[in-house]
Amino acid sequence: MSQNRRDFLKTVAAIGTSAGALSALSPNKVKAKSPENLSEERMGVLVDATVCIGCRKCEWACRGAHDIENGNIQDYADEKVFETNRRPDYDNLTIVNRYESSDEKLSNVKLQCMHCDHPACVSACIVGAISKKKNGSVVWDTDMCIGCRYCMVACPFQIPAFEYHKALDPKIVKCDFCDERTMEGKLPACTAICPVEALTYGKREDLLIEAKRRFKNNPDRYYQHIFGEHEIGGTSWLYIADKDLAGTVFPKLDNRTAPGVSESIQHGLFAYFVPPVAVYALLGGIMWLTKDKKKTEGK
Amino acid sequence: MEHPHKPTPLTKKFFTPWVIVLAAIALNGILFLLARFVFGIGAVTNLDNQYPWGIWIGLDVAAGVALAAGGFTTAAIGHIMHNDKYESIIRPALLTALLGYTFVAVSVMVDLGRWYYIWHPIIMWNGNSALFEVGICVMIYLTVLYIEFLPIVTERFIGRVNLPGILSRFNKLVNTFLIKLDKGLDKTMFIFIIAGVVLSCLHQSSLGTLMIIAGPKMHPLWQTPILPLLFLLSAIAVGFPMVIMESLTASRSFGLKPETEVLNSLSRFIAPLLGIYLIAKIGDMVIRETFVYLSELNSTTILFGIEVVIGVIVPLRMFMSPAVRESTKGLYIASMLVIFGIVMNRFNNFITAYNPPYALDSYMPSIGEISVTLGFIAIEILLYRLFVKIFPVISIPAKKSLSKTKFAIRGAAK
Repeated sequence: MSQNRRDFLKTVAAIGTSAGALSALSPNKVKAKSPENLSEERMGVLVDATVCIGCRKCEWACRGAHDIENGNIQDYADEKVFETNRRPDYDNLTIVNRYESSDEKLSNVKLQCMHCDHPACVSACIVGAISKKKNGSVVWDTDMCIGCRYCMVACPFQIPAFEYHKALDPKIVKCDFCDERTMEGKLPACTAICPVEALTYGKREDLLIEAKRRFKNNPDRYYQHIFGEHEIGGTSWLYIADKDLAGTVFPKLDNRTAPGVSESIQHGLFAYFVPPVAVYALLGGIMWLTKDKKKTEGK
Repeated sequence: MEHPHKPTPLTKKFFTPWVIVLAAIALNGILFLLARFVFGIGAVTNLDNQYPWGIWIGLDVAAGVALAAGGFTTAAIGHIMHNDKYESIIRPALLTALLGYTFVAVSVMVDLGRWYYIWHPIIMWNGNSALFEVGICVMIYLTVLYIEFLPIVTERFIGRVNLPGILSRFNKLVNTFLIKLDKGLDKTMFIFIIAGVVLSCLHQSSLGTLMIIAGPKMHPLWQTPILPLLFLLSAIAVGFPMVIMESLTASRSFGLKPETEVLNSLSRFIAPLLGIYLIAKIGDMVIRETFVYLSELNSTTILFGIEVVIGVIVPLRMFMSPAVRESTKGLYIASMLVIFGIVMNRFNNFITAYNPPYALDSYMPSIGEISVTLGFIAIEILLYRLFVKIFPVISIPAKKSLSKTKFAIRGAAK
């Protein structure tokens, strides 16, 4: 390396300046993505598992609303499916499972994307294809998706499904809170068809009040906890049941937001690009000093 | 060049029985790879909605990046700290890093469902995503590695440009271009060398941040907020063992005398580096009190035990002993153990520790996944062999002697 010291310093300084300029730009970009400004108006659904009869009409309606072959609605009365614990998949964005409740009675619970207030998938997505909308729904842009499946790794409820059977254009799929329907003023398909009003669509804060009202009016009917009010920072879909759903129907989760730790580490490592630039400068310094030493030794 | 060691293209023949075995493994992998692109990921792998990532990410990508750490660690000690005696190992390490990262990129592409959109992160940014950081850093670092390799290419071809047929009239032009390129690179190379080390530190650690977002889905023995630090420290620790293992393998395979003196001197760093990693790992366990999980005996804790005891503690002890460091066999075994330990660590982080909430069975890699992984390793070794025959990578004595035993140890003298 026939590089004199002055050139070396100049180049190092130039790199430092450009990195500084970069850092002035990027923090805004980073902040724009973070779902800190949650809308007070965000919507949700209150699922009352004590009311659900397990008719699975919601599954049929959901498929219909998302252009998935849904067959005959009568076939959904078949209760054989309850023998296995099913999970939402690419061809079934919501499913109803049957579980044994407190007094050995059988209860039903509908599962789909929870539409977290601080979604891990939104934070994780490499291209920023997933976003939390003002109305509460967590939606994604398939055209941006590269199919890395990091959202599936990140999701605490293991909801996003992937079309593994497709060689070309496989998609990530999950409940989109019927974003198209609700924008037209319609109810989500599942909520609209529910014959027993196990599902209530409304503003999330109103639903919390409604859930507490039900606890008060029927204290024996419910386990007094709204799943999703605080879990992993809160979810748009809220569940009440006759027993604790955490640890059975849902994983046990604490109240810290799912992406919290990861994002603070990520931003700490790159705080205004200071750490990378500092390391660069340090290494540059070492390189320059050791070179100098060698030269003088040589002479 | 009056350096005592002079990298030269090797002249030994390419095909040996081992090469044919490797070619068969490579071919088998390529067949499964074709099946993946024709029939989809689901047809070849055991991945599902519960286990979205398997060994293609856990081994090919995560362990691949770690094992390519020889590139930036030798660049740091040789170029940045100007330790000339390590000159002879920088080029082989650079070539391994180059091939390693190329195959990391290829592996990512194979695992991506929509692989033809692999360029999306360049224009679609998500600064919150650890994966985005890893992706961008690896892309830039791969470019830097290719730039760092360019002088080896120019060295090979300057004055020897011989284009076939009608193109031969451009011989002189290409030669002049190569000379200019070489001069330009010589002046600016230090920028890329430092950048390479910085980029490596960044993405080696961000690779550790990846699984943090999985939160309680990760077993507490591995899930810790200091994962990025552990990944960085372990990558630095595995850099030199990887270089030693390769150097010894190459000397044996090409019938050269092992560079025992340089490798011995390099191996003195390994015990302290492994020690720092071990202290961080154990210290974290003590602070978070996760050692309680070790009281249960199951596959998870056994794998943890293998990773830490056989993969870190045993080689740490071995590298502390001068007798081990001075013997070729000792160096080889101890280095292999470190490599094994880091591979186990990456495997455990991405696969053993990951327990999705609704999984009925554990993930086991399919024959297709294993075939592709082994195939990639085989192709990498074959390409390495090919490259050292084409390019001046490995240093051999300037005076050639017919008798192998007369080869002097090169690279140690200043």
